[in-house]
Amino acid sequence: MLDRREFVQELLIDRQDLLVVSGLGSPTYDVAACGDHPLNFYLWGAMGGAAMIGLGLALAQPSLRVLVLTGDGEALMGLGSLATIGVKQPVNLVIVVLDNQHYGETGMQPSHTRAGIDLVAVAKACKFVDALHVSEIGAMSHIRDLVHNGGGPILVQARISNDAAPRMLPSRDGHAIKLRFMEALGRLDCMNS
Amino acid sequence: MDDRTKTALHWPDLIYAQFRRVGIRQVGYVPDAGHSRLIELCVNDPNIHDVVLTTEQEGVGLVAGAALGGERAALLMQSSGVGNCINMFSLMRNCGFPCLVLITMRGEFAEFNPWQVPMGSITEASLKLCGFLTYRVDEPDHVDDVVGGGCDMAFGGDLQVAIVLSQRLIGRKEWTK
Repeated sequence: MLDRREFVQELLIDRQDLLVVSGLGSPTYDVAACGDHPLNFYLWGAMGGAAMIGLGLALAQPSLRVLVLTGDGEALMGLGSLATIGVKQPVNLVIVVLDNQHYGETGMQPSHTRAGIDLVAVAKACKFVDALHVSEIGAMSHIRDLVHNGGGPILVQARISNDAAPRMLPSRDGHAIKLRFMEALGRLDCMNS
Repeated sequence: MDDRTKTALHWPDLIYAQFRRVGIRQVGYVPDAGHSRLIELCVNDPNIHDVVLTTEQEGVGLVAGAALGGERAALLMQSSGVGNCINMFSLMRNCGFPCLVLITMRGEFAEFNPWQVPMGSITEASLKLCGFLTYRVDEPDHVDDVVGGGCDMAFGGDLQVAIVLSQRLIGRKEWTK
């Protein structure tokens, strides 16, 4: 099993222009713990919406890559969005589900993945170009390559241990997070045009 | 065909023209009879990403992502879909995303299906509770003006705006077929 902080850190090292949307709860803390970044859009709510935010962003910014980092519970609440993404086939969208098989924020109740519900199989059925499980840090270079270079849509279900990591809380001000993200993206657009 | 009848037939085209005017680039929708003409126009427009949703709440996420990425988006749904969006709408208000929703009403004027009434009768009030400005259209002649004004408020001021297309308006369209 993977350590969530080590795994997310390895994914985001040298991230360059990667746009990151983090699902509420621990994935938001994991992303913040790697170092705050203006191209992070942290969710503190809107459960079930992370993948669709990723889709809107990926369609709007086809020359950049979009990574949605979320939890198993959040992904399960937006299962239909995998079908919607499958229809649109965004090549620049990757969803990484940090799967500890539990609802960490509410007291570690088991999630559907605990009962064997397989998000990789769902993603494949939804015509994702690539969908795979990862549970060993040894597979990291392959996962990093997929996230940063692979043709999407891609879903990675990363089996993480349910050890609690120290909470690292980014800003909860939605307006501030949004404006900072858009300003940083605007600067990228200026540099690239 | 007089001008009034033409407007009655073509109000979805007027909405589409407003989409073009303000540069809508993404349109999320769940298939809907009342919106069928507008959906067709959007699907056939190479400048618009048409995104067919499994549930309306997905569209709220889409709007947020589009806005973050610098594009304008609109959502098309039936009144029942508003109920599916309520928690997700907090994303719009919390972050101040511009949000333009066009809603075809069910459960009001001449509704034959009582199952549509519980949600239809609270649609507008629910939207207001969620922080939306709501503008209701009953007359085909008013579509262009109200939708245009709604677009300007949503995208000019990062506001959440719902255009409520009444069942009388939609019914009248069917009637003139």
